[in-house]
Amino acid sequence: MIVAVASGKGGTGKTTVAASLASIWHGPVLGVDLDVEEPNLHLFLQPVIAGSEAAYMTVPALAESKCTYCGACSELCQFKAINVIGQIVLSFPEMCHGCGGCIAVCPEKALSAGQRELGEVRWGQAGGVGFLSGQLRIGEAMSPPLMRRVKARLDQMLTNGGDAIIDAPPGVSCPAVNAVMDSDVILLVTEPTPFGVYDFQLAWEAFVTLGKPLGAVINRAGLGNDAIYRFCREKGLPVLAEIPYDRAIAEAYSCGRVIATLNPGIEATFVTLRDKIRHLAQPGRSREAAHA
Amino acid sequence: MREIIIISGKGGTGKTSLTGAFAHLATTKIICDLDVDAPDLHLLLQPTIGRREEFYSGHEAVIEGETCDGCGLCASLCQFGAIRQHEAGFVVDPVRCEGCKVCVAFCPTAAIRFPERHCGRWYVSSTRFGPLVHAQLFPGAENSGRLVMVLKQQARELAQARGADLVLCDGAPGIGCPVISSLSGAHLAVVVTEPTPSGRHDLERVAALCRHFQTALGVIINKHDLNDDETARIEAFCHDENYPVLARLPHDPLVTRAMVQGLVVTELPESDFSQELGQAWSRIEALAGPGR
Repeated sequence: MIVAVASGKGGTGKTTVAASLASIWHGPVLGVDLDVEEPNLHLFLQPVIAGSEAAYMTVPALAESKCTYCGACSELCQFKAINVIGQIVLSFPEMCHGCGGCIAVCPEKALSAGQRELGEVRWGQAGGVGFLSGQLRIGEAMSPPLMRRVKARLDQMLTNGGDAIIDAPPGVSCPAVNAVMDSDVILLVTEPTPFGVYDFQLAWEAFVTLGKPLGAVINRAGLGNDAIYRFCREKGLPVLAEIPYDRAIAEAYSCGRVIATLNPGIEATFVTLRDKIRHLAQPGRSREAAHA
Repeated sequence: MREIIIISGKGGTGKTSLTGAFAHLATTKIICDLDVDAPDLHLLLQPTIGRREEFYSGHEAVIEGETCDGCGLCASLCQFGAIRQHEAGFVVDPVRCEGCKVCVAFCPTAAIRFPERHCGRWYVSSTRFGPLVHAQLFPGAENSGRLVMVLKQQARELAQARGADLVLCDGAPGIGCPVISSLSGAHLAVVVTEPTPSGRHDLERVAALCRHFQTALGVIINKHDLNDDETARIEAFCHDENYPVLARLPHDPLVTRAMVQGLVVTELPESDFSQELGQAWSRIEALAGPGR
């Protein structure tokens, strides 16, 4: 089972929930950081890194001697990454999405597969919890290509079974959707403030179309107002856990602690959350939940 | 004209609450919400929408079932795994399609349409603090960077027309495409961080991004009293890198109280928090300089 922890609004507690769940999970589990722009899961799981590799994507490399400046590549490219102007080829590899179209369409075979560095993929072990993450190169604009590399390694690491908990990036646009789209269950972590509720609604809209079971985790419960509970009721979205608004939790987090280990009460909250996630992930549950 | 952008790396550190307060404190300015993915500034500023425009960007592939002969060439060429074979034939998954046109260009029966993608809306509104340029990318959509560029252009034109010498922008979390677009042409980036391992780690990455694009930056440490050791580490980092610390703000539920009322924190009765914010704004103005 793959559980994605997502949020809409940033700073609502995705990493806190992901690290806590991983620490009390029963059976083999991997903590996976797909917030490649600002990965933080390692700060809490503190894994011993066993290996890493640079990740690349394919961008066009030009052999100018073969080029006839026909312009077929620039006509096809939708991202203005390769441009033929008269007898000049201007390429902007940082704009390239790696579709391979220009290489396939070139009649002279003047374009071949070059590389752009996306960042780094790392893996390791944190006690009983496996660890995998991606870290975007500073200046690289696109995170989905690196996320695809991390997910490819995740597939390999899960071939012998086990579960994975994904720490997703904030937001509801392409990086967030890329992080959750191959999971079995999506947890939406929010806080009961006006910003939290508004972004939660956006996240619900973005993710409900994926047709996966969804559940809410309300962090800093007691802060703000009750609009989030009304929204969840309206949409038949189960509230799987509430984490109280408590300065002691914020302080523990600020020391890099996994809050599930803070006291037996919080640990019990996460154990119950884990069981509810497993129940939600059972086949056929998503439709039931939608009609609840 | 000066352009100041409030960013953070990590989400949820208080960007939008502080931007709202600065919008209140600044004199003649255009306000701009560049977090087009999960915008929240309008919840504080309660805008009256004046102008409303549709945002189209890029295209998406759609296979016409009647003309498709089922050869599968498109699926084998697609680098994004967006084309899958269902019982009814080949279908493009709009969530995975990046709009690269490769399938359209190579389809032997010309069975793939390539309509424009409607990705969101943008607005020019009036608020009690002045004009606001803002947008909403549709949940799950792409091209947030392009929408950011559209908003910046509108804000600059409006500033010129109104004789405003400042564009004040709320940014997105992360270090990827929307943040990179936000930095282009900015005179000063104000990074809001918090004294937690994630806050510090993400500050370091977003500061590296600013350096990469040669954007000047200053730092605000929000919730500084949550962890004195982490605050000291952040200050040491800023000192070493020559980044001015513009303010240390306390962890105060006041911010949420203002948010629930649809107000910014400087509209509440005067507090230590609002005083410190006032000083921060003077330092920001001094650091951004007089502009042209």
